[in-house]
Amino acid sequence: MFERIRVMLMKEFLELKRDPWAIFRLVAPLVIQLFIYGYAATFTVNHVSTVVLDLDRSQASRDLISHFPATGRFEIVDNVTSQQSLNRDIDTGTAVAGIIIHAEFAKKLLNGQSAPLEVVVDGTNSNTALIALGYVSQIVTIFQADYANALGVSSGAAPGAVSVSLQERPWFNAGLEDRWFFIPGVIGTLALMQVVSLTAFAVVREREMGTLEQIMVSPISRVEFILGKTVPFFIIGLADVALVTVLGAAWFHVPFVGSPFVLLFGSSLFLLAAIGLGLLLSTASRTQQQAFALNFFLVNPLFILSGFAFPISAMPAALQWFTFINPLRYFIVILRAVFLKGVGFAVLWPDFLGLALLAGVMLGVSVLRFQKSLD
Amino acid sequence: MNGAPPAVQARGLTKRFGAFVAVDALDLDIAKGEVVGFIGPNGAGKSTTIRMLCGLLRPSAGTATVAGYDIVREPETVRAHIGYMSQKFSLYGDLTVAENLRFFGGLYRVPRAELKERMAFAVTMAGLTGREDALVRTLAGGWKQRLALGCAILHRPPVLFLDEPTSGVEPEARRRFWDLIHSLAADGVTILVSTHYMDEAEYCNRIALIAAGHLIAIGSPGELKRRDLGGALVELESPQPGAALAALHGAPGVVEAAIFGDRLHVLLAPGTDAAALARFLVAHGLTATPPKPIIPSLEDVFVRLVSRKPAPEAA
Repeated sequence: MFERIRVMLMKEFLELKRDPWAIFRLVAPLVIQLFIYGYAATFTVNHVSTVVLDLDRSQASRDLISHFPATGRFEIVDNVTSQQSLNRDIDTGTAVAGIIIHAEFAKKLLNGQSAPLEVVVDGTNSNTALIALGYVSQIVTIFQADYANALGVSSGAAPGAVSVSLQERPWFNAGLEDRWFFIPGVIGTLALMQVVSLTAFAVVREREMGTLEQIMVSPISRVEFILGKTVPFFIIGLADVALVTVLGAAWFHVPFVGSPFVLLFGSSLFLLAAIGLGLLLSTASRTQQQAFALNFFLVNPLFILSGFAFPISAMPAALQWFTFINPLRYFIVILRAVFLKGVGFAVLWPDFLGLALLAGVMLGVSVLRFQKSLD
Repeated sequence: MNGAPPAVQARGLTKRFGAFVAVDALDLDIAKGEVVGFIGPNGAGKSTTIRMLCGLLRPSAGTATVAGYDIVREPETVRAHIGYMSQKFSLYGDLTVAENLRFFGGLYRVPRAELKERMAFAVTMAGLTGREDALVRTLAGGWKQRLALGCAILHRPPVLFLDEPTSGVEPEARRRFWDLIHSLAADGVTILVSTHYMDEAEYCNRIALIAAGHLIAIGSPGELKRRDLGGALVELESPQPGAALAALHGAPGVVEAAIFGDRLHVLLAPGTDAAALARFLVAHGLTATPPKPIIPSLEDVFVRLVSRKPAPEAA
């Protein structure tokens, strides 16, 4: 048994060695995508282009407006004098947000009346709009507090209202850095994409070349063939995880507080599932084009239904059920937990169990489906 | 044969793909050490039969044994006792000659003590001495093909299946390949080789002619050539072979006519006058040499046997 697996591995290794672009093709997409995710994938909304219509022109209104650019969240690109001009700026995309301060803003504020502030946001990108609105209410709260303070100090009167202050303390990611959230997930996403396609293509390529037929007429067993064919991709997958982990921690300073052993174990189960998936693809494809099409069909749903970017809890129930047969779902939970929370098997066992079951089923089915015949 | 078990024995071997019957109830016996040529047009079922015998396709019906093992019940034992080479060149191009040999040697678990010697034999046989470290994709067709044969016999299989091994190889290399086949047969290896080159059929001990999934005839080249074609074969030359062929198909007494290079071979029903045929052609404004009787070649026999036209009943 080992002799056959040994020569299979030897052959795979030699073919890889003879391909001068192999290392580049294996490493470059990983590193490039990691950097793209690290720098570009962010929910943070900064420098929102903003147009201001100040109809009050008071000290208070100017004070409020100055709060906006001060946070770095908003950038005032235009000051207009009419509602029409403001609308035009929003329509043309010159500005994403519009701040309208109506007349008598300062007067009402001083009288303790409710002073209206109108904010218009371009809702085309609902996410950005929502986040920008959140910042506006934060800014207004700060402005109110500042204003009340100033008033209290000048008049010497104690504020009559009871003020409740909310102290937010996000655990595990105190700075709420998007990068900390994304980079652990990127490891799983990239490893999945690479290992599934490598496995599927490697088998289908041999089928196209005719070498698979030559191997199938030999007395090699299915398990020997599959082991010889997939162990290299398991090793490549582990190297992927290690590379992205080290880069994520060293370059992007994502904390790694958990145990490398837990990560290794989780990665191994995940890679087995990914290899099983790749083999299933290969049994369903006669040509590399078919494998490509199937892979394309599969990877995006796996990505979307993984919880990598979109919270599973917000999905419709039917789709939530689908996520249970997605190995990436479990691995992303494990990755984030190991990186940021430092928890181990005691907490993560349901995810490990899910991954192990998926890996077993996928590998089992692919071994059964892989027949040493051309029927 | 003295009761020795046949190297290959098929009984009622059938393969259907949906409604299409690729191989229909094929019976075949091949004795140890025989070289049997599998001849027939493309799509006749040659490759399908070979693939069934190798365990690559499951028969829809019928049974077969190879080297004494049942192809359905003991496919892995069969695989250990056969060598297979397909028309599709199937070595690893990015591996060297020696690496390919080592790979297939390992796949068949050739004992390490013997592997070196057998690899050397295969390299010599392929004429690749001194080029062991050349990448296989850099080799010309004839060498690749002989190396593929070398890989297929590393484990010394008693039975060898070669599926159109010489397709796309130049004549000189084909000739050398057949020399290898005969030297293997001399060592007792049984070989079933499919081809569509008629000249290669002459190199076989026996020829199995297959058409539309049926085994039409089997016998030595000599036996087949002596087959009664159901008439007399004549040959004539014409500067307008196409027009002559068309005219001959409707001529009285003509059972069959076929173009052979610049000549026409015409099978005449018994009792037909060859001189009448010449007059017929002249009457149709065609020039041709006078028909002269010839001894049928293998190709004549195949054309006759494959054609659906039944021979007129001999008187």
